[in-house]
Amino acid sequence: MRRVVSLYLPTWPTDRLRRRLGTDAPSPETPLVLVGRIGRKRVVVAADAASQARRIRPGMAATQARALIPDLTVHDHDPQGDADGLEQLALWALRRYAPIVAADPPDGLVIDATGATHRYGGDEGLLDDLVETCRAVGLTARAAMADTWGSAHALARLLARPALVAPDRGARLITDLPTSALRLTPDIVAGLSRMGIDTVGEIEAKPRAPLALRFGPELTRRLDQAFGRTAEPIDPVEAPELIQAREVFAEPIGAPETLARYTLKLAHTLCAALETRGLGALKLDLRFHRVDANIEVIRIGTARPIRDVRRLTRLLCDRLETVDPGLGVEIMVLTAPVVEPLDWKPAAGDLATPAAADVSDLIDILSNRLGGRRLYRLAPAQSDVPERSSIRLAPTALPVPERWPKRWPRPVRLLPSPERIETVALLPDQPPVSFSWRGVRRRVRRADGPERIFGEWWRRDGERDAVRDYFQLEDEAGERFWVFRRGDGEQPVTGDLTWYLHGLFG
Amino acid sequence: MSVAPPTSAFETLRKDIARLEAGGRAPGGVLPFGVPDIDARLPAGGLQLGALHEVAGGGNGALHGTASALFVAGVAARTRGPVLWCVTRADLFAPALEQAGLESNRVVYVEAEDEAAVLTAFEEGLRHGGLGAVVGEVARLSMTASRRLQLAAEGSGTLGLAIRRWRRQAEAADFGQPTAAVTRWRVTALPSTPLPSKPLPVAGVGRARWFVELIRCRAGACADFELEACDETGRLALPADLADRSSSTPAWDRRAVA
Repeated sequence: MRRVVSLYLPTWPTDRLRRRLGTDAPSPETPLVLVGRIGRKRVVVAADAASQARRIRPGMAATQARALIPDLTVHDHDPQGDADGLEQLALWALRRYAPIVAADPPDGLVIDATGATHRYGGDEGLLDDLVETCRAVGLTARAAMADTWGSAHALARLLARPALVAPDRGARLITDLPTSALRLTPDIVAGLSRMGIDTVGEIEAKPRAPLALRFGPELTRRLDQAFGRTAEPIDPVEAPELIQAREVFAEPIGAPETLARYTLKLAHTLCAALETRGLGALKLDLRFHRVDANIEVIRIGTARPIRDVRRLTRLLCDRLETVDPGLGVEIMVLTAPVVEPLDWKPAAGDLATPAAADVSDLIDILSNRLGGRRLYRLAPAQSDVPERSSIRLAPTALPVPERWPKRWPRPVRLLPSPERIETVALLPDQPPVSFSWRGVRRRVRRADGPERIFGEWWRRDGERDAVRDYFQLEDEAGERFWVFRRGDGEQPVTGDLTWYLHGLFG
Repeated sequence: MSVAPPTSAFETLRKDIARLEAGGRAPGGVLPFGVPDIDARLPAGGLQLGALHEVAGGGNGALHGTASALFVAGVAARTRGPVLWCVTRADLFAPALEQAGLESNRVVYVEAEDEAAVLTAFEEGLRHGGLGAVVGEVARLSMTASRRLQLAAEGSGTLGLAIRRWRRQAEAADFGQPTAAVTRWRVTALPSTPLPSKPLPVAGVGRARWFVELIRCRAGACADFELEACDETGRLALPADLADRSSSTPAWDRRAVA
């Protein structure tokens, strides 16, 4: 199932102008409009949120706007600049999110996020990240994800908040939207309205032939695209600065071996292009343009910039099985959207010290196959609370000098969350005499502790006075447990003296 | 200690030449435990590198894979190079692995979705050849899967360590099935080494003690040992009351009092 994201930037021209002016830009409270010419009339083309709040709408005459707000800031509209800016934004999204991204002029982007969301923790994570990042750079943004470009486009523009539509629910949601959601020309919308048709669902219910006769093929085409009945391929953004290799076939190809052979050929061409510029690739996209106008794509990432033909081919061919060539592939394009300078490191001059093994190729293979976040290293964090005492690092991060304190024994397995246990304990300061965990009663033969760990008030208010006393317990069979009691046994505010099991020793 | 892991590029070269002479199959080295009793029972005088070894826990240790994980961490700590540790459940506590000698900078964790993905990463890691050891935590290990792992380990000379760990006790029956692993161990926790009596109401916990069974050993016989758990360099030791000297270090005494 395709997952298409439509990003809607309602005030793109004014946001872009503010970003371009930088520190000279008028404050967000100052109403700002952009004015362009239609025939001999000067009309408002774009209005920011502040001026829209004061009843200025695009399409209004410039003089009328000035009459409404005397202190209005007016700039000239630059349609070419807006379009170029949108292309640049598409390139940024291509580097960051997914291999198929296109500008959706005049005020949006379209991203084919199929299979690209796991890096952001799912569909919702990607949408949030996209909207948040736009907001951080001063762009008002709304986004929606649905099965088709048409429905995502409609939902992003007509639903108030970022919308995430579960697979195959998009069709049901757009039936209630007005006909203008379908990316139709204004005169078709007006014509439909004259016929008394106001929502998408109403067009859907009418017989199609008379509609097609009256409005031309455009109406039914847009309708079918929105409901996913006809394919609407996204033509991905291309830029001269993107390093790419392209192979066009006279006859469509489809056999896995053929695809693999051309992958190798493209990798050769791409690596040669990278070498002349002294670059290495951090991300690679291999696109397969199929004869039915659909595009299949493989994206791989590497931990370090590389331009090793064998390694790149290996990483790409590893993922070839996910590609469905359909009736055949006409064009294969290999691009390197994210590159970094790559310089040769001198080999170790000293034969006696063995070079550290380089496992970055293995890490690349595994993280492309399993997902990047599934590989990590652990390092000590600045915290005594056990569940916070380690942080995840990238597997290729430099070695860290910090060590965990060795003084106190630590269990080899830490339960995901402490589990409540029933105990028999003599005195507040004593370890339990016996306890039961998961329905099994154990008598404590040996014990060690307490090791007192204080709550971290700077993280959460609730931990201001909290205290945990950790004990190591050993039962009759020799199994060792890590338990703690909440509270220090003197002041009730430190904890309620309940016992929890937190880890298991080996 | 009879054969040390290679310490210089010359030894690596020597190893490479020996590998070429062996016709593609890595001759593999041997990683001795440093405990003469165990090394004498193993045909090569230690754990064979370039081979798959299986470790399971006994009793509850099999469900949680505690003692077996520490046993494996101790073995991996004594290899050289990075270690790949493949799991499905992220409940390993890294400070404990450091206490068994496995420095956290050396370990790359792979948190796979399911056991099939663990086996894929396990095999890929063994095949790579640049790693010191690859550890995989699996409940089931079929003959086919273990043979693949064993061949990958033979090809690259990397030490493969499979921790057999179950989600339910019922899965333990799978451990009875044969696999292609070269050795198979079971590690069970025993009551810890008694500490000298202290004026405390409860006895302190001493250095962990394990009952280590060598259940299967290719070209060797079964054996069992009672040992003290890994110290901070990953070494096992004979218990003090069995050997003629005290092996409990002063640090352990101090901790017991604290």
